[in-house]
Amino acid sequence: MIGTYLPMFLMIAVAIILALLFFTGATFLGGKLDKTPEKMKPFECGSESSGGNHLKLSVKFYLTAILFVVFDIEAVFIYPWAVQFKNLGWIGLASMFGFLAVVVVALVYVVKKGALEWEN
Amino acid sequence: MTGMSLLWTAIKILVMVGFIVNIGALLTWYDRRGGAMMQDRIGPNRAGLKIGKFELRIAGLLHTAADGLKFFTKKDFMPPKADKLLFSLAPILSLFPVIALTAVIPFGETVVPESIVRTICKNGTQYAAMVNDACPAGFSPETVWPAVPRHGVAAGATAIPLQIAALNVGILYVFAIAGQGIVGAAIAGWASDNKFSLMGALRAASQMVSYEVTLGLTLVGAFMVYGSVRLEDMVLWQGENTWGIFVQPLAFFLFFAAAIAETKRIPFDLPEAESELVSGYFTEYSGMKFGMFYFSEYMEVATSSMLLVTIFLGGWNLPFLHRDGLTIAFGETMLFHTRMPHVWVVIIGVLAFFGKTILLCWLQAFIRWSLPRFRYDQLMKLGWTVLLPASLANIFATGIVWLAIQSAGPGAQDGLKVAADVTQGFTAALITGLVLWAIVGFVRTPPRKETIVGSSAKLAAAAGGTKEGPITDPGPITTEAA
Repeated sequence: MIGTYLPMFLMIAVAIILALLFFTGATFLGGKLDKTPEKMKPFECGSESSGGNHLKLSVKFYLTAILFVVFDIEAVFIYPWAVQFKNLGWIGLASMFGFLAVVVVALVYVVKKGALEWEN
Repeated sequence: MTGMSLLWTAIKILVMVGFIVNIGALLTWYDRRGGAMMQDRIGPNRAGLKIGKFELRIAGLLHTAADGLKFFTKKDFMPPKADKLLFSLAPILSLFPVIALTAVIPFGETVVPESIVRTICKNGTQYAAMVNDACPAGFSPETVWPAVPRHGVAAGATAIPLQIAALNVGILYVFAIAGQGIVGAAIAGWASDNKFSLMGALRAASQMVSYEVTLGLTLVGAFMVYGSVRLEDMVLWQGENTWGIFVQPLAFFLFFAAAIAETKRIPFDLPEAESELVSGYFTEYSGMKFGMFYFSEYMEVATSSMLLVTIFLGGWNLPFLHRDGLTIAFGETMLFHTRMPHVWVVIIGVLAFFGKTILLCWLQAFIRWSLPRFRYDQLMKLGWTVLLPASLANIFATGIVWLAIQSAGPGAQDGLKVAADVTQGFTAALITGLVLWAIVGFVRTPPRKETIVGSSAKLAAAAGGTKEGPITDPGPITTEAA
């Protein structure tokens, strides 16, 4: 158990240490910027920044996130079946086809409902 | 956890981190140099070490080192209204998962340390066992490089899998860790106090989650064939049968497309579309903090190549090369068999894995310089209405074909076995051809016979002069009589 998972945690630790090393190097080696008002402005293609700090964003992004949750959880349901597929045979395949048919119906519904129409 | 296995773990981590960091750095150079070659420019070639009169340039390879040094000496900047904690956390969160996810990728054959070098006692043609680490009188010690059996590890021997952590969740760990990259990109844009960054971050987040669905579902077909989610089991299956690309060709292309979308590179680089959004979610980062995003993008190219190699291109396997040596066989007919020392098989396997990874990295750089950028609605449509249904169809097709073959009887399976060996032969021929082509390409001097003539030079030539020299007056232009 520990023999299996210790190397994984070691690797994660190495990755975090490397990232922190880069980060501290970036923070302390270059020195601080002299703060002139021009340099402190948000850089938006050089044009004057207008409006508030945050935008009103298209609701499509939120919808995409919801769709992701739905379909990714379906993928998680399929994984254990896929690993055992050879033992389950035709009956297992038929039941998974039933499940996938529901997924396809959901996908068709999403597309027909216009969830992916980004133009308007 | 003994000291020996800790030492091996340290070596494996060193190899993997060393490779991934170096290939990431090299790709930042190759992406520019290769792009320049494709556009008939010279590209970065200036960085050099001057030792006395001699200047070491190595085709601009030192640009990576120069860039790294430059990044570190740049002044650190944080927008005054930025969320300080999240702004600092974002580059760390996007760099660390790329390195951490390589923990489960197997990069070589299982090593049996006892079988690497063995000392035996020999006298002429007679062999004798060692007694107390010394040979009996009349025998001289001799070093041999033994081979190991084709399947498994002999009882009592230690087996060191060349994989940092042999987790039984395998690919699920990869998905879990790779998913953290989305968080890094999203909070980088959110914390930057810049509208363009925020737009880039949202684009990045929704693009990455959209393609993550495809990424997950395309692999289902592969899991069905391999019967496991452990990456080392997948590679072993491919070594015994045939490479994954031959059993799951559609999945390979879908996974490749989705992986490029996950790395946010052209043609899927909407999040950092520099003509629209400056550079997307990392616009406000400077110095090495920008470098961390930049660097992690290139390391992601390498890790996605590694995953592709492991799942579809046979991992460390080369055609006909097995654990015990070279065996060329088609079905039951054995054409050639030779045993090879264990140490050579391991070294060739590791080199094959990293070689294939580098080849796929090159392919991704090639694609990056060949295709134009998508529009955002096209990108979303491609993900949800083309790649996702295609990956579902792949599951259906794999299930039906596999079970149909299973119920077709032993004749069909023997035929498949021969077909699998034929694909091995095909791959071997392909690799040989590629190597020969590469050698010819390197050795042959490229013909440079034509120079492109600019339009002003053409006009000057038409008027009877050269671009530099004075144009002689051709006199009044006369039109030929019809």
